[in-house]
Amino acid sequence: MPTGTVQVRFFARYAELAGCETTAVAVPVPATVADVVRRVREAIPGAVALPERPLAAVNMRHVKLDAPVGDGDEVAFLPPVAGG
Amino acid sequence: MTYLTKDPISVGALLAEVAAPHCGGTCLFLGTVRDAPQDGGVTGIEYTAYEAMAVAEFDRLLAEVRRRWPDARLAVRHRLGLVPTEEASIAIATAAPHRAAAFEACRYVIEEVKKRLPIWKKELRADGTALWVDPEGRPAVVGPEGTP
Repeated sequence: MPTGTVQVRFFARYAELAGCETTAVAVPVPATVADVVRRVREAIPGAVALPERPLAAVNMRHVKLDAPVGDGDEVAFLPPVAGG
Repeated sequence: MTYLTKDPISVGALLAEVAAPHCGGTCLFLGTVRDAPQDGGVTGIEYTAYEAMAVAEFDRLLAEVRRRWPDARLAVRHRLGLVPTEEASIAIATAAPHRAAAFEACRYVIEEVKKRLPIWKKELRADGTALWVDPEGRPAVVGPEGTP
């Protein structure tokens, strides 16, 4: 199965928990956001503190966890939003 | 439009952006940082954003407003960085031929911002602690000076 590289971004409290704002992970593609979440929780020690079902965005659009992710996509993990 | 700013929001500039001869009703909403004496006092809120996505989301939101209220005009700013108590963190100005559309469009924008904009806030308390605000639950204490 081919492998893709996904750019991952953490924000606000999740960046503090993960200990970084960006990382890259390799996942077998085709993948879903849920696959990326699992891979990140394995790969980054602080990321085990992230929820198993975080809000997420792919390429700057809100998505559900079953959304597809491909090579070169940017996946962002978003804490509950609090704008306004 | 520049949606995000680190400077205090100029309400006058926002109102000037939406003013037009065909508009007879203008609505202005300000969201301001409020103190919370029962929680030990809030001196300010530090706003951070996924800036590129926040801009993209504002673009999508404004396109929705144009579809729903084609005659309405809209200007919006969200502040980032430290916003002291009583100052505006968001300002939304809408103008339309009649007041109903101005009120409706303005209300729509603030409600969608609350649901969708990738922006987060850390409350700075009078005792030196800082807390990420989770609108869905309890704030998470992150310790003095905002350190985890």
